[in-house]
Amino acid sequence: MEDTQENKPQSAEVIAAKAAWQIIREKFGDAVSELDENAFMPFFEVLKTERWREIALFMRDDARLRFNYMACLSGVDYPEEEKLGIVCNLESLGEHGHKIAVKVKCCRDKGIIPSVMKVWKTADWHEREAFDMYGMRFGGHDDLRRILCPEDWEGYPLRKDYQVQETYHGIKVPD
Amino acid sequence: MQELGKAEYSSVRVTPQGENRVIIEKDISSEEMILNMGPQHPSTHGVLRLECKTDGEVVIEAEPYLGYLHRCFEKHAEMVDYPGIVPFVDRMDYLASMNNDFAFCIAVEKLLDIEIPRRVEFIRVIVSEFNRIASHLVAIGTYAIDLGAFTPFLFCFRDREHILNLLEWASGARMLYNYILIGGVAHDFPQGFKQRASEFVKYFRPKAVELQRLLTENEIFVKRTKGVGMMPADVAVNYGWSGPMLRGSGVEWDLRRDDPYSIYPELDFKVCVPDGKFSDIGDSLSRHVVRALEMEESLKIIEQCLEMMPEEEGFDPRAAIPKRIRPKAGEVYGRAENPRGELGFYIQSDGKSTKPLRCKARSSCFVNLSAMKELSRGQLIPDLVAIIGSIDIVLGEVDR
Amino acid sequence: MGLLDANISKHNVLVTSVDNVMNWARLSSLWPMGFGLACCAIEMMATNASNYDLERFGIFPRSSPRQSDLMIVAGTVTMKMAERVIRLYEQMPEPRYVLSMGSCSNCGGPYWKHGYHVLKGVDRIIPVDVYVPGCPPRPEALIGGLMKVQELIRMEQIGISRAEALKKLEEKSVDPSQLIQQARKGAMAS
Repeated sequence: MEDTQENKPQSAEVIAAKAAWQIIREKFGDAVSELDENAFMPFFEVLKTERWREIALFMRDDARLRFNYMACLSGVDYPEEEKLGIVCNLESLGEHGHKIAVKVKCCRDKGIIPSVMKVWKTADWHEREAFDMYGMRFGGHDDLRRILCPEDWEGYPLRKDYQVQETYHGIKVPD
Repeated sequence: MQELGKAEYSSVRVTPQGENRVIIEKDISSEEMILNMGPQHPSTHGVLRLECKTDGEVVIEAEPYLGYLHRCFEKHAEMVDYPGIVPFVDRMDYLASMNNDFAFCIAVEKLLDIEIPRRVEFIRVIVSEFNRIASHLVAIGTYAIDLGAFTPFLFCFRDREHILNLLEWASGARMLYNYILIGGVAHDFPQGFKQRASEFVKYFRPKAVELQRLLTENEIFVKRTKGVGMMPADVAVNYGWSGPMLRGSGVEWDLRRDDPYSIYPELDFKVCVPDGKFSDIGDSLSRHVVRALEMEESLKIIEQCLEMMPEEEGFDPRAAIPKRIRPKAGEVYGRAENPRGELGFYIQSDGKSTKPLRCKARSSCFVNLSAMKELSRGQLIPDLVAIIGSIDIVLGEVDR
Repeated sequence: MGLLDANISKHNVLVTSVDNVMNWARLSSLWPMGFGLACCAIEMMATNASNYDLERFGIFPRSSPRQSDLMIVAGTVTMKMAERVIRLYEQMPEPRYVLSMGSCSNCGGPYWKHGYHVLKGVDRIIPVDVYVPGCPPRPEALIGGLMKVQELIRMEQIGISRAEALKKLEEKSVDPSQLIQQARKGAMAS
């Protein structure tokens, strides 16, 4: 089963992503990891978390890349690595048409990821949501408040070790 | 410059700008007031709360507060197995369940790497286009109600009932269908469905024109929406807008054409953008016009699909459904064009369990709504309603 | 059933109790609060719209809780919303009725187990008179629930409490299974 995956010719999507990644690699060197060339969602990881905003700005503004559209930003929990992270799906809408995913990770306890809300406005609310659900901080975010849960909610619901609170304002929460 | 009223209002003047827009100029500064709108408000389409900072009639800033319908979709997705997620996906954007299921199934099928029977693809496209029309009808009907027109709402719901009847006949449910499953659909079309569907298409064409004449060309409606909530194209892209909202700003972008899935590449349809003759590109009216035009395109797609759909005796639409859904380890971002824009699912599988490790829904209205603050700045309070209505939010999808 | 069906010709004197007249007036202009929460709200809208036309029962949604006597809790109540629901309920003038529409507001519905942010049943925070099951209930089911509210009002008298009226309603209720059996037999015979 695994072999068939290897033998398949790479799709145009992956080739385009690889070309884009090479440009980023040239500029930032070892701040970014190798490209994971899977057929579903080619991605690379930002190894130096603090350079993420710089990389994002470059990805948006470089004439060869022009990743002007952030489709999605999802928070992820990696309990075995003791890390939290985000996955961003970026796309060059209406210009080059290529897509790539970027992963940024931070420490599970009080980790900080640079915010990209000034680069893509989409990130504003998505970062707030990731903060709400996972509790990682976004450095430089103007308005980092909980967005879905109430302000005084306890804990971060989507962490794998989340325990739901017993009562909220006197109302019983679990079944 | 024209005086508004008598001496006591002399501090406020109304300046005509363009044809039918006015801006209010102030000589003296007045106090700011916080006006709370929602969560129980008939025009917020659910339980959205807006905190508006106003200066007289002008909105300085409207800050949306969400989460009043946060139903923990992502938690559920991690707790139940893949087929069990489908009903929860249904309940996310409850106006277009078929489209939601479609997007989710596309994402999982991408991960599973399975082939879908051709007839199933046609069934999926037909039902989701029907659902798109139904959803746009609700959007248009409630938009009309927000702006004070009750009759179009009744017209829209009358026609929507026909679609719901058709979909109920096919799936067994009226609103939340659980019909499109991973790898297939729940049932084949009942006998005679094709005929009733094409009858509906014939019936609905003139009704759409009627609706157009009743609402879109209505002068009061145009006055309320033209030039309100302008959004230039590049800002819209930066905000991550998609669907009719982005097309209303003049960007020709439709996932059905630009990131094709299913059988859409074989079909002939147009990506609707406003031409700028009738509305200012990027305003609330353009977004409404795009929705109205899209219904016609959906009808075209349905007609073509009904024609092209292969007939098979004793067809089993569940044949390709895997017995046990356990995708290989990997990550995928699958998406589809839902009536409100791009609905994407980011799914992470560890390859061992039958439940996803992480399933994030990228909701289109969540992203579209995030521009609310920018859209409402400097608009009048009555225009706020026109702007919210044009975003066409479904709170179930915003809050998930 | 109603007064108007009684074929009353001109110049008649009607003798009835005050309760009857009051209840008749109240139940034929039942104003719910236009208050939608989730999926069920769309079905509630569909019930208000052309095909099901609730206005023929005198039921017309009002935008303000202060003008309404019935609250239809249509959809999932979340923790964040719960306090608002209580406040809306408290803003409604007495006598007020609550109809819980759909599984979510009845008991949490599909969000019962893992929905950390979902209130498991609106009856944990406000008293509910009529429950309508379904996910979402069909418009017919909602109309059925509203008829039940009307029946409840019909049972009320000056001086007796709501609880007693509910008890009376229970005594008068019909067993639907028998009626269904009868209908089935009739269908089989024909």
